[in-house]
Amino acid sequence: MDETTTAVAHQFDDAAQQHEASTLGMWVFLATEIMFFGGVIMGYTAYRALHAGAFEAASRHLDIVLGSLNTAVLLTSSLTMALAVRSAQVGKRTSIVVFLVLTMLLGVAFLGIKGIEYHQKFVDHLVPGVGFSFSVRYARDAEMFFYLYFVMTGLHALHMIAGVAVVGAMAVKAARGRFTPGYYTPLEMTGLYWHFVDIVWIFLFPLLYLVGNRV
Amino acid sequence: MITGAAEQTQQRPVLSLPREHYLNASYGLKSWLLTTDHKRIALLFLASITAFFFLGGIYAALIRIELLTPTGHFVTDETYNKLFTMHGLIMIFFFLIPSIPAVLGNFLLPMMIGARDLAFPRLNLASWYIYTIGGIFTVTAAVTGGVDTGWTFYTPYSSVYSNTHVITMALGVFITGFSSIFTGLNFIVTTHKMRAPGLTWFRLPLFVWAIYGTSLIMVLGTPVLAISIALIALERLFHIGIFDPAIGGDPLLFQHLFWFYSHPAVYIMILPSMGVVSEVITCFSRRQIFGYKAIAFSSLAIAVLGFLVWGHHMFVSGQSIYAGMVFSCLSFLVAIPSAVKVFNWTATLYKGSVSYATPMLYSLGFIGLFTIGGLTGLFLATLGLDMHVHDTYFVIAHFHYIMVGGAIMGYMAGLHFWWPKITGRLYPEGWGRLAALIIFIGFNLTFFPQFVLGYLGMPRRYHTYPAEFQVLNVMSSAGASILGVGYLLPLIYLIWSLRYGPIAGPNPWRAKGLEWQTSSPPPSDNFKETPVVTEGAYAYQTEGANDG
Amino acid sequence: MNGHILPVRVYVTVFAALLALLAGTIMAVYVNLGGFNTVVSLTIAVAKALLVILFFMHVRFSGRLVWIYVGVGFFWLAILLALSMSDFLTRARVPYAGG
Repeated sequence: MDETTTAVAHQFDDAAQQHEASTLGMWVFLATEIMFFGGVIMGYTAYRALHAGAFEAASRHLDIVLGSLNTAVLLTSSLTMALAVRSAQVGKRTSIVVFLVLTMLLGVAFLGIKGIEYHQKFVDHLVPGVGFSFSVRYARDAEMFFYLYFVMTGLHALHMIAGVAVVGAMAVKAARGRFTPGYYTPLEMTGLYWHFVDIVWIFLFPLLYLVGNRV
Repeated sequence: MITGAAEQTQQRPVLSLPREHYLNASYGLKSWLLTTDHKRIALLFLASITAFFFLGGIYAALIRIELLTPTGHFVTDETYNKLFTMHGLIMIFFFLIPSIPAVLGNFLLPMMIGARDLAFPRLNLASWYIYTIGGIFTVTAAVTGGVDTGWTFYTPYSSVYSNTHVITMALGVFITGFSSIFTGLNFIVTTHKMRAPGLTWFRLPLFVWAIYGTSLIMVLGTPVLAISIALIALERLFHIGIFDPAIGGDPLLFQHLFWFYSHPAVYIMILPSMGVVSEVITCFSRRQIFGYKAIAFSSLAIAVLGFLVWGHHMFVSGQSIYAGMVFSCLSFLVAIPSAVKVFNWTATLYKGSVSYATPMLYSLGFIGLFTIGGLTGLFLATLGLDMHVHDTYFVIAHFHYIMVGGAIMGYMAGLHFWWPKITGRLYPEGWGRLAALIIFIGFNLTFFPQFVLGYLGMPRRYHTYPAEFQVLNVMSSAGASILGVGYLLPLIYLIWSLRYGPIAGPNPWRAKGLEWQTSSPPPSDNFKETPVVTEGAYAYQTEGANDG
Repeated sequence: MNGHILPVRVYVTVFAALLALLAGTIMAVYVNLGGFNTVVSLTIAVAKALLVILFFMHVRFSGRLVWIYVGVGFFWLAILLALSMSDFLTRARVPYAGG
């Protein structure tokens, strides 16, 4: 039962076509994002293969507690995001807003923890180009590891910031009652984007924090 | 007026422009700058890319003037480096890549599938604005002194040593890349989701297949270019970088990332032209295309295989010889689908009722020149031969045969073929043919000598050369001046035709295809009602015996 | 237009599985498995990603076209990685003078 008239844009024949187009469009966009991150992951893969020892030594200097905590934070935010979309599907307006706000808070928490980590790296002289210092044996290639660390997590953080902003915009729309069981496409698309950013971190975490082992 | 459409017009009742169409639906600057009509956006792109084409052409003219004499006196070494860099960057990113997709693809795709617009009209407009912003960065870089790294931005020169406006230019390319990505995304979704009833994939015009393949490349390749450019900018800004051997980096990583996009990019530039040729050849030989499915699948094959060959740009760069062998083999494979197209077009012409209107002249030229360009690509794909000709004028001749003799001629064919649909007017056919001939002659005179020069050993990107190469260089520059005249002619007569050209009517070429079933110019929503498709493309041979 | 509506417990179960996998991958890093450590951590990452894609992103209930484009993105990354590594891994290595 469609409570509201979904505004179907004039180029589409019906709401179903519009929804399918939006979904496909978002997935095509996510494919481009895979390739965008993929470039740096390519660089990482090449250098890790060539300098495995240095990468393992460098990785041990990353704070695994904070990294794990951040991973848990993002996974939780994916749960709240999925529940926000579900709330729209079943028409629970307040729930949508609550879950979206929770998602935002978790996103901001992630960024905050990241900021703490970055600060720690600065204090520990592990920021390349800014007084970088590492054990002589691995210094050269460890600097490359940290350069990649900052580029990859920095790129990810930029995407998180954009994501938090969009989720916020969706929360405002939801509060105004714009999403109903008949129409919640922007929310759904935002969810897809958010989950994608989570998946990037799901891979960054082992690639950066769990190189080799910490025995 | 000579033969062709004009003659046919005289046999028909007096034509007039439709009362309402997309051009007069609304007036004023805002109605253009804020339009979401794919046809208007196509014209916005047409204006922009034409401007960049002539800017890139000016750089080419300066290069050819400099190369008239063996010891360059016209410009300094540093300036010459900037000339070829800017020529390449502008022609590739701001003309060729957007050309057919953003102009003809934008205009025609919805019409060819019977839709009212693309899937995401506002994203389409954003695409043009993003392109324009990228263009502004580029022009800024150009007027503040240009960039001298070569369009390929190789490190460490681009990331460390160059003293020119690399970041500004890199930003321009980075931003414009998103224009490409969004256009490709729009086309993919539109093709999948918005075809008219009865229009199955195998009834689509081959132009649509070509644009679809192109869109796949735009969407999957461009992001990698974006990240590689971003990494150069980071390295320049922070003096620390991923390509820096001092910290265990490898300049070849940049080349891998760069060519991962830039090789498929050449297929972005050629596939749409191939699509145009399929449309024009069928119309002007009044025949069904030979081997429709083969051509359709070859467009996809080119898109996919094109991603597997990029290392052939790196044979002498320090890349592993084993990787070189793999890339060389794959490069031979990618030639096959292109060859399939050439054979099938030829078979379509055979026993066809061929006429030689301007679009057909360009298409026939395309087939010949693309074949030469493509075959010389096989020379370059051969490891041993590439040792000899890499970074020589042989390469330059090769890619200009494909890009100018191929892609641009395809673009000109399409521009002329669909000009009546876009503007409602016919261009002057005599001038059209004359320009095509001048371009063909000028082009070959410019670039054929360069094959010889390259084989004899003249390196690219140098403005001084041994005196014995001067004759060929002078021939090439003379050809370039003829080519320039050839390109100026359409600029003049196409604009002239907007006011003084005869009214075209809905279908001056008596072509098949949904776009010809509506008025010229089309109404804003393309069709009065959504067409229902009951036959495949190119149903020319179902005409009566005295037709075609 | 209602897409597939999953009960809350499905989402919560998937979430619990994700946390369990996270715990597993952290514990594994404290065991010396040599080169196998990497295999384990990346396999777990793939498993987590699949759970998010199939359930949180509803791909399990999406049409074939979406499946294809999900696959295309990852497949193209694989092309970039595989062919580039075919270069990096097969070069003739000259020992670095710095030791």
